[in-house]
Amino acid sequence: MNLEPARQAFIAESQELLVALEKALLALESSPEDKELLVAAFRSAHTIKGSAGVFGFEPVVDFTHLVEGVLERVRDGALKVNSDLIGLLLACCDHVSQLITQSEEEGKEIAEGTLATGRSLVERLKGHLAPAGAAAALAPLAQAAAPAVQEAQVEAVGGGRVVSDTWHISLRFGRDVLRNGMDPMSFIRYLATLGTTVSTITLSDAIPEAKHMDPESCYLGMEIEFRSDADKETIAGVFDFVRDDSVVHILPPHSRILEYIELIEKLPEDKKLLGELLVKSGALAQAELEEGLALQQQQAKQRAAGEHDAIGKILVEKGMVQPELVDAALEKQRINKESAAQEANFIRVRADKLDELITLVGELVIASAGVNLVAQRAAHGELVEAASTLARLVEEVRDGALKLRMVPIGETFSRFNRVARDLGRELGKDVELILSGTETELDKSMVEKISDPLMHLVRNALDHGIERPELRHERGKPGRGRLQLNAYHESGSIVIEVADDGEGLERRKIFARAVELGLAAPGQNPTDQEIHRFIMEPGFSTAEQVTNVSGRGIGMDVVRRNVEALRGSIDIDGAEGQGTIVAIRLPLTLAIIDGFAVGVGPAAYVLPLETVLECMELAGEERARVRESGYINLRNEVLPLLRLRDVFEVRGESAKRENIVVVQYGGQRAGFIVDALMGEFQTVIKPLGKLFERLSGISGSTILGTGEVALILDVQALVARAAGGKQRNMQRQSAEEHLSERK
Amino acid sequence: MSARAERGNGARRLSVEGDMTIYKALALKTRLLQALKGASQLEVDLSRVSEVDTAGVQLLLLLKREAMKSRKPLRLVGHSAATLDALDLFNLGAYFGDPVVIKRADRRGKSAEGSKK
Repeated sequence: MNLEPARQAFIAESQELLVALEKALLALESSPEDKELLVAAFRSAHTIKGSAGVFGFEPVVDFTHLVEGVLERVRDGALKVNSDLIGLLLACCDHVSQLITQSEEEGKEIAEGTLATGRSLVERLKGHLAPAGAAAALAPLAQAAAPAVQEAQVEAVGGGRVVSDTWHISLRFGRDVLRNGMDPMSFIRYLATLGTTVSTITLSDAIPEAKHMDPESCYLGMEIEFRSDADKETIAGVFDFVRDDSVVHILPPHSRILEYIELIEKLPEDKKLLGELLVKSGALAQAELEEGLALQQQQAKQRAAGEHDAIGKILVEKGMVQPELVDAALEKQRINKESAAQEANFIRVRADKLDELITLVGELVIASAGVNLVAQRAAHGELVEAASTLARLVEEVRDGALKLRMVPIGETFSRFNRVARDLGRELGKDVELILSGTETELDKSMVEKISDPLMHLVRNALDHGIERPELRHERGKPGRGRLQLNAYHESGSIVIEVADDGEGLERRKIFARAVELGLAAPGQNPTDQEIHRFIMEPGFSTAEQVTNVSGRGIGMDVVRRNVEALRGSIDIDGAEGQGTIVAIRLPLTLAIIDGFAVGVGPAAYVLPLETVLECMELAGEERARVRESGYINLRNEVLPLLRLRDVFEVRGESAKRENIVVVQYGGQRAGFIVDALMGEFQTVIKPLGKLFERLSGISGSTILGTGEVALILDVQALVARAAGGKQRNMQRQSAEEHLSERK
Repeated sequence: MSARAERGNGARRLSVEGDMTIYKALALKTRLLQALKGASQLEVDLSRVSEVDTAGVQLLLLLKREAMKSRKPLRLVGHSAATLDALDLFNLGAYFGDPVVIKRADRRGKSAEGSKK
């Protein structure tokens, strides 16, 4: 049997379970009394351990076992949930994740660093376990359930323990075990690797009449005496795959006689026969069986009298079937049901298939534009109509295809819960993380690329932004800092904000540092925007002390580069002492946009349509003046202009008429002077070759319906350029005025 | 799997070939039970069984029970390594009560030793 696919599934599943565990632990920290959260955490840990056992990831099993032991003690009320404990358990989560990742590469040794972490965690975990170790973890529960006197009585009722030093395993396989592709033989074989099988009795009584017997059903049962040093979990783990539909009872060596009696009662076969079987298999001595049966009768009498029934039963049941096994089985069933329901709503598709589809849709868009063009040239009424219907449908297909890749950003956000918690504690700060706009969607490939920059921003905010509680109180702020992650859509982009209510940006400090680094001249009076831009220069840090969180001067410039690589931009806002807002603006998708085509000389250029505000003609008489000043007065506002003909150094005479396209990006406006307006155009973005990657002002290329190539303008860069030009011009002007005054 | 039956003075001999697994279980059940039905005693030759799973073992159990019910002797003979292994795992050798000839070649580990001599 090839286990590789199952192993892969296990690894994927474990990572999901670890995420669930982490989530439960984080929630538990804020509401320590919530039993359900605790149970959820416990189940996750238990399931990880169980499946790790099946695949022989021993280090994972051993380690998770301890984690589970600690959780168990919390559940039983022997340990209190506090931040330290949660911190320890979270670190354990990380360690398990490491172990799994490292075991994934088969045959590879686990790194020494990881082992060392493991050892120190194990020490800390042991500190939280009862002195007798995890095995004793159940004892307090029993004691809690029964006051001492009754406990003594039950001890008497329960009688002695059996002499046999073997595990007793009762199996009644489910009818569908074979049909589900599992062969009980393989479990028995696997069991044999954990110890020695002392005796096996196979029960075939459940096989029905020949006529009704379905040869594909499994009717067998087994009673196995088994000698092994393995613990109950390991042995139970062998039968994990069949536990759902089979009856599996496992009694540890030297169990109470009463437990065997209880077992006999629970199994479907004739009681007397089973008793004999147990004797035969060596689990019970004849005397023990008789004692047990006598006890049972005695108990039945007591039951009639209504005395101590509940306690006896509870204890026996607790001792016999470890509750977590039942829990795990129940949980497994629940998960199976849930995932079945989810499967009905979701289809898992390989990402590369989706990419292929989107590429094809891109080609379709280009082809459809070609058809449209031909139809218009032919001036064939019906053809034009058909082509425009086609174009509309293609547009819908395009939108639909792109939506397939959209995922809500919430998942990325919720990862920062852990970051905020851990860092907050490390830095001695109390921070509340508020998430909003989590349902805002963006392209999956963007989500992956944006999470690193976001991580930087969050760490920055926690380290530099939010102050220590004492300082906050001094400044009249609530002791608990707020860190907010927010996302929303705005004119074809998604905006992600990281906002804190901390120190804000100290203008003076930043400026001083900028001067130090030679970014600014001492006498200058920079605008707020310029100040904020300094922060994103390489090597810029005002942190007085370099912590291990941030302040090494790498960070913001990396963030900026990452964001810009995604055709996005980054803005910083905020007031000194009140907090900082960092807003990342990203295009929704990287593949297809609605474009607006303009002509400069013989070439066509495309702007993203969302950035275009309006178009107007540049009147003949203004042309000369505009060329000189570089701006116009648009409804009493200064609009910096950029002549694309100059920017791209298009040769030849300028056209008879010129137009202005007014664009906006990130709150800034500019006008581009172009020759012709060609109208809306569905644009499939093709990346530029390596040679052109560093070209400023161009972000990509596309193919027009005619088959010609058009360049896509990098509006952000061009707007910035226009604004810079405007400033230069105005400075020059004021300098000239100044000079003329002096004359 | 193929099961061949040979007739001879009321006793029937059935030879099972190939797999005795869940994939063959339906056909095998019919074969086995029919062979038993038409015979006064049945001998099942397992020498050519290459693979046995729980379904196969279960069918042998059914056959044995049916045989006992109708008081017909059932003998399993010529156990192949696969059948021996399976019956051993379930500890059913005694239940069927058939003498098992352990060939030298069948004994794992000892075969190499044997060939040296």
